[in-house]
Amino acid sequence: MTPHSPLSLHIPEPRFRPGEKPDFSDLRTSAPGEVRRPEVDAPAAEFRDLAESLVRVLDEKGGAVGPWDPKLEPERLRLGLRHMLLTRAYDERMMRSQRQGKTTFYMKSTGEEAVAVAQAMALDKGDMLFPTYRQQGLLIARDWPIFEMACQVYGNAVDRLKGRQLPVMYSAREAGFFTISGNLATQFIQAVGWAMASAYKGDTRIAAGWIGDGSTAEGDFHYALTFGAVYRAPVILNVVNNQWAISSFNGLAGGETATFASRAIGYGLPGLRVDGNDFLAVTAVTQWAAERARRNLGPTLIELVTYRAAAHSTSDDPSKYRPADEGSYWPLGDPIERLKDHLIAVGQWSPERHTQLAAEAEETVLAAVKEAEAVGIMGSGRRHSPATMFDDVYKVMPWHLRGQRQELGF
Amino acid sequence: MSQMNMAQALNSAMDVMLGRDPDVLVMGEDVGYFGGVFRCTDGLQRKYGARRVLDTPLTEGGIVGAALGMGVYGLRPVVEIQFADYAYPAFDQLASEAARLRYRSAGEFWAPLTVRTPYGGGIFGGQTHSQSPEALFTHVCGLKTVIPSNPYDAKGLLIASIEDDDPIIFLEPKRLYAGPFDGHHDRAAASWAGHPLSEVPQDHYSVPLGKAAVVREGGGVTVLAYGTMVHVALAAAEETGVDAEVIDLRTLVPVDLETIAASVAKTGRCVVVHEATRTGGYGAELAALVQEHCFYALEAPIARVTGWDTPYPYAFEWDYFPGPKRIGEALVRTMDARA
Repeated sequence: MTPHSPLSLHIPEPRFRPGEKPDFSDLRTSAPGEVRRPEVDAPAAEFRDLAESLVRVLDEKGGAVGPWDPKLEPERLRLGLRHMLLTRAYDERMMRSQRQGKTTFYMKSTGEEAVAVAQAMALDKGDMLFPTYRQQGLLIARDWPIFEMACQVYGNAVDRLKGRQLPVMYSAREAGFFTISGNLATQFIQAVGWAMASAYKGDTRIAAGWIGDGSTAEGDFHYALTFGAVYRAPVILNVVNNQWAISSFNGLAGGETATFASRAIGYGLPGLRVDGNDFLAVTAVTQWAAERARRNLGPTLIELVTYRAAAHSTSDDPSKYRPADEGSYWPLGDPIERLKDHLIAVGQWSPERHTQLAAEAEETVLAAVKEAEAVGIMGSGRRHSPATMFDDVYKVMPWHLRGQRQELGF
Repeated sequence: MSQMNMAQALNSAMDVMLGRDPDVLVMGEDVGYFGGVFRCTDGLQRKYGARRVLDTPLTEGGIVGAALGMGVYGLRPVVEIQFADYAYPAFDQLASEAARLRYRSAGEFWAPLTVRTPYGGGIFGGQTHSQSPEALFTHVCGLKTVIPSNPYDAKGLLIASIEDDDPIIFLEPKRLYAGPFDGHHDRAAASWAGHPLSEVPQDHYSVPLGKAAVVREGGGVTVLAYGTMVHVALAAAEETGVDAEVIDLRTLVPVDLETIAASVAKTGRCVVVHEATRTGGYGAELAALVQEHCFYALEAPIARVTGWDTPYPYAFEWDYFPGPKRIGEALVRTMDARA
């Protein structure tokens, strides 16, 4: 028998910690325009290279290149830019509100605006969205009132969720935006079930689910891919790989040696890996996956490679676990800047118009948030009656909840 | 009317609902082509097709999570977890999601989900085919927990559950599928034939949720039971001659407090029986409710006859199972007690 040296346990560690100089040169990327665009009915087995490469459309000079260029009208790109600017301005404003004590909690999506906005714009209004807590851009791109969103964060008398939910856990049925849960990954398999139901009824609508890189480690990720593949559900399964799950780098979720898109291959699904900060590339792969789903060809797993530029939440300080300037080394840049540069490069935008649009977005947000604050903020102003706390546990309130409501004095 | 055992009655309930409502579908492990490991879905796929009666991958969390998404869309899924002992992988989807959708979305979203699952012991099922996890579900606000004890109720309660817009945990005492069981394991297994509650209408009817049934009237002591224990308690009352009023709760949440309180007010005594382990079991909730609402009527301490606080053992089946002897002793002890 060959003698072996003692075994050792591998513990993945991020390459850079606070105080160190970040270097993303090992990030698997591809040159803009380089990655092939298969037909939507291509067999899943032919996606290995796509799951390992990175679909990119925008090049360094702001040009749109390659087979994935969705060739969008400038008007639509400017609308996308507006939605992203609104999303960023809203995040900034609510972050400040939390710091001012007007609410207890907030989560920004800074750097990930293209994921939500481009994907929402690439889908039909009737398609059902099963988001995580970091796709507020979906609501904004579907023209959901920022006033409503702020009222939820403040838990005031206008909050549609009646002060029952933690800030940012929105729900908007009319916008096709499923109620957000604090329990990670649960919505991923629910999206598949919704899509199965749509197919069962002979509907034409599809579903889209989102999950973060960290949450792919949950069992529900596996459930979703299994059910999606088994029943060929018309669903788009999006993994937003922003590199970080609170303080854990994505290597701890299994991303150290394999891409998240490559998970799809083992389930018999196509996996696409896309530059999540490239509005055009995100649009193109989402349109591709939507077309595949609508043609009853089944689900697609999309890994959107991006970077969580802000803290995980208002309760988090990323400088404790990653270099404070890590985001500035991120090779895929900023989604808003890149779309802006593209529009300018093709002669459809100017720095002045951009400055003006950004200012307008801030004003729009400020007006809506002020209106919400006038109703009430956390701890003061108008809120729902505590009697409503007992509603909606069941469709009809049973005797024991009526008794408890009386006990509280209502 | 036809004569049905409990498995057939449950099958009939699903048959009726699949026939009435195109949004009803049945799904679970082995429920389709094969007809279920307990035959509860036998023939349904042949009649309604694989689209309406689906075999699923072996993943309880996936089954409940997908069914929940279907419910949100507007379907009315009836899912099966093969054994209640295997419901735990689905617990997150049940407790965090199904139970709270309506509440957290302020009524925007809900999922009218029915989760059927065989539970309970008395079949030499060992640790993972005998459990009674009802207390894990009764503790979750937003869920309703239903347990039938005979074919007539099984069909009526299942139809009521499928039609209900709240998520239902429907626990089926597998020991009762083929016949009633009073705990006398040394006697020949009984069949439902000839039992008055095995006469089941073939068509649609329902038994209301939240309503208990007084299955034996008496003036001496109230026995609160559900599932298999209803039959064991009846046997214990007959064999001891104690004037017991046996109540089959049928729904644990929301429980029929009115019927319970009226009975204890009359008898002044109460014995709670269940197969599940004692500590933190549903019997504790029942005892507390009786204590709160019937304190001045009580003439004796409330007794609990339950499974022991151990995992369900294999070779000690009848030492574990709360049989008629243990229940009988509790009845006599409670009758003898003096306040």
